Amino acid sequence: MGKFSRLGNELYSGKRSVNFVGRKWLWYAMSGVIVLLAVGGLYFKGLDMGIEFVGGAQYKVTVADSAPKVNQTDADKIREAVAASGIAGTESPVVNTAGERSIIVQVQTLTTAQSEDIRNVLAQTMDVDPTNGVSEEQIGASWGKDVAKRSATGLVVFLVLVVLFIWAYFREWKMSVAAIVALAHDVIITIGVYALSGFEVTPATVTGLLTILGFSLYDTVVVFDKVRENTKNLRAVRMTYPEAANLAVNQTLVRSINTSIVALIPVGAILYVGAVQLGAGSLKDLALALFVGMAAGTYSSIFIATPLLAHMKQGETANKQLEKRLAAKRRHQADDRYANVPVFADDLPVRDESDDLEDDDELAEDVVPPATTTPAKPVPTGRGRVVPQASRPVTPSTAAGRAQPTRQSRSKRGKK
Amino acid sequence: MARRTNPLRTLVVFFLGIAVMYGLVALAGSWSPALGLDLEGGTRIRLAATGDGVTTESLDEARGIIDARVNGSGVTEAEVTTEGNKYVVVEVPGDSSQSKLVDVVKRQAQLRFRLVAQYGAGTAQPTAAPTATGSGEPTPSTTPGGGVLLPSETPAASSSSTAKPSPTASPTKKATGKNRAPFVLPDDSQSADPTGTATATDGSSSTGSPTGTASPTATPTDAAAESKDPVDKALAWQQNPDEKSLAAYNAFACGTDTRSQSVNPNTGEAVEGDNPNWPLLSCDDQGQKFLLSVAVVEGTDLSDASAGVPQNQLSWVVNLEFNGHGTEAFAKVSNALVGTEDLFAIVLDGNVLSSPRMDGRINNGRAQISGSFNQESAQALATSLRYGSLPIAFEKDVSVETIGPSLAGNQLSAGIYAGLIGLMAVMIYCLIYYRGLGLVVLASLIVAASITYGVVLLLGAAANFTLTLPGIAGLIVAVGITADSFIVYFERIRDEMRDGKSMRVAVEAGWARARNTCLAADAVSLLAAVVLYIFAAGVVRGFAFALGVSTLIDLVVFFWFTHPMVSWLSRFRFFNQGHKLSGLDAEALGIDKINLGTPATAGGRA
Repeated sequence: MGKFSRLGNELYSGKRSVNFVGRKWLWYAMSGVIVLLAVGGLYFKGLDMGIEFVGGAQYKVTVADSAPKVNQTDADKIREAVAASGIAGTESPVVNTAGERSIIVQVQTLTTAQSEDIRNVLAQTMDVDPTNGVSEEQIGASWGKDVAKRSATGLVVFLVLVVLFIWAYFREWKMSVAAIVALAHDVIITIGVYALSGFEVTPATVTGLLTILGFSLYDTVVVFDKVRENTKNLRAVRMTYPEAANLAVNQTLVRSINTSIVALIPVGAILYVGAVQLGAGSLKDLALALFVGMAAGTYSSIFIATPLLAHMKQGETANKQLEKRLAAKRRHQADDRYANVPVFADDLPVRDESDDLEDDDELAEDVVPPATTTPAKPVPTGRGRVVPQASRPVTPSTAAGRAQPTRQSRSKRGKK
Repeated sequence: MARRTNPLRTLVVFFLGIAVMYGLVALAGSWSPALGLDLEGGTRIRLAATGDGVTTESLDEARGIIDARVNGSGVTEAEVTTEGNKYVVVEVPGDSSQSKLVDVVKRQAQLRFRLVAQYGAGTAQPTAAPTATGSGEPTPSTTPGGGVLLPSETPAASSSSTAKPSPTASPTKKATGKNRAPFVLPDDSQSADPTGTATATDGSSSTGSPTGTASPTATPTDAAAESKDPVDKALAWQQNPDEKSLAAYNAFACGTDTRSQSVNPNTGEAVEGDNPNWPLLSCDDQGQKFLLSVAVVEGTDLSDASAGVPQNQLSWVVNLEFNGHGTEAFAKVSNALVGTEDLFAIVLDGNVLSSPRMDGRINNGRAQISGSFNQESAQALATSLRYGSLPIAFEKDVSVETIGPSLAGNQLSAGIYAGLIGLMAVMIYCLIYYRGLGLVVLASLIVAASITYGVVLLLGAAANFTLTLPGIAGLIVAVGITADSFIVYFERIRDEMRDGKSMRVAVEAGWARARNTCLAADAVSLLAAVVLYIFAAGVVRGFAFALGVSTLIDLVVFFWFTHPMVSWLSRFRFFNQGHKLSGLDAEALGIDKINLGTPATAGGRA
């Protein structure tokens, strides 16, 4: 634990940092490959839509009046028998008892031969006559087109509002774009996993996807909040936008790791129980979607959203100029490190004022801030004449041809 | 900033709030949550469509409307599917004693406003002469000589109206949709059959009718336009019903089975069913029979329906609100009928619900149906009306059976088991990583879980909220997201302490920052919940509901439990002096020395 904590501190202070933002092309390429795989899987394999979406066949097994009443055990027995029958489309049947004499089995649409097979399986399991004891009906989708359409409308409205919200909260539309790209990345990967694994898509899957949608945005907002905080005053901290963003990601790295552990442990437990102990059932599908999606959500906030944001912000004129200036300064500092040691001056700050938090707590007075030796004003170096430092404030008035120092009357001096 | 409040006081108020919530749960009286279809089973209602015009499309449309009715209010997560080519199956969680629900689901809810031409005791009158009007008929206008064809009303006029369906255009457009029974133009017959022609058209121009106020709104100069408007036509017909309808009316008797018959204007033959474009013979609950005009306002013209008790009244009514077209038509009818003895009738699925007199002009498109309603029946009717009428009728007897859960019994226990294991693992991780602060995470998670459980119980009682397996998984995931708030907060505290602040300062400074982060992030979740709840249906709606609730719980716990708890703990030496197990010692922070918060005296330490 000690090492991890030490790492946490070093990540925070920037002593050690992982270059997330700088290696953006690596992350882009990695995600690109994964997304391509997902899209490929979606294109070639397609999604296995459940009964709820496309309809299917329903078999009703009715036991004779003399036989004992059906119960949940019978339903479970049938579910297992059908799932084990190996007929395509019957891997995850919906089975429940209906009344006291019958059991309803819903599977995907089957061919006549398959239908015959399933009838025999059912008849054998429940010990009834395959023709009289089992009736068949086609059932329609409970998730028809209109439901899908309404949900899609809701989704689009939500996305538009989220873009507006992020834009309004961070005052930065590029953050909206980056967040949406990261979101699309997560959702596509999750859908791709569904296509590749061949799990049936059920309404539970849809809720899983929506959870991922929410989680991905949530995580991105948390990271971006730190990014904004760090990049608020770039000139004061003397960092380029990508550097500040990278520091932010590193500083939230511990949080991201902890959050993903805490969020993924329960889902992982459900996935394990669902897949290993239970086998068939909607639990494992849902847990898989959640696991993949939430992992992707944390990943994309760090590896996609922030580098993309920095990438876009880098192109801005102000940031370009800042970068150029900083590069020049660093070059100069590298040449002669001691040229810049400031001479002691009265107004030399004892501490770095970049901390923007209002310490309105009286306890804050107790704190002894770590003294840093930053020069009051950076001396422009390397070009042109060195402007002498003004000892007093100067008026911007041009009445005298150039700016003049102001001096207050004696009676007002010393008062403020 | 008013954050100098005593953290202990906040904690006490918070726990009082939880106690009140559980008090409410105790009042509601159930201590285990209602489980959804997949976990507990429920009731399966199978409706069989009757009549012709049952197509896959109309069945599917009916499915959609029924879905809206059962899922429209609350978050029951009922499932509605079509089965074969003639059944609609509704599966609702919960026990089968929901006879009210069967009514809501099954009711066709074709609401129509018609005008009363004749009414009387619900027995057949063998003297089927058109003059022999029943006893107690207030409409004196039924003069047998009414059937005179005026020269202006040439058959050409009616044939032109036959050629294009414009005369009945407004209701026709709706009627020809899948939502209506096949539509037959009444004018069709009028051109073919001279006596038939006289029926609807002569009345509109027969100014000699005793109640001259029949159509005061219609401009008398524009006779052609007047006759083209179905409402005007119906108003005129009310004064002068055609003979065939009268004959059919006289022959009609209210039985137990025959509640309504539509009169074919061509043949005068009365057929079973409620055709909006034909006159209707119908009965009300008191056994009176009515001869009603064609529908003047249709249920499709409703924009909203709700149940309520009007001020200064005791009985329940159903409030109706019409859309633009309905408002217009209803205003016209009310202007025509006000001040007269003429009645209009509100007909639901062929039965006369009530036949009031028009007491005032209603131009704002609001109307009420009063009658012998109680709360349940009024609400059931309002629900049925709100989501539109079904395009098809269903057989009277529906099969209602109890169904078992669709998931194996072990899935629920496995899910809960897995969730518990997961939560335990989370708690252990937090304890190891955050040590003393981990206890706060633990307590917060337990508090969040207990609030969630209480809310689920309350919502189960109030909004029929049921827990499905995906719902339970969602709640477990929500716990992870809740824990994230604490992680953000604690990491902030640590960061502040790394900057050299003492623990007590760091707790407040970290809070100011973590609070904003969490508010922003949770706002996104809440946004998702609200938008999806408004737009989506069914499962997605239930999900949105659960998401919104769990996000709110997250915020509540974070603001009123975790933060006061941490600031309270920061008073203890164990935490603010950086005890090794507090999780806030120098080693846990990864720094050499933490600021112990001892005041720096002016002269420094000796």
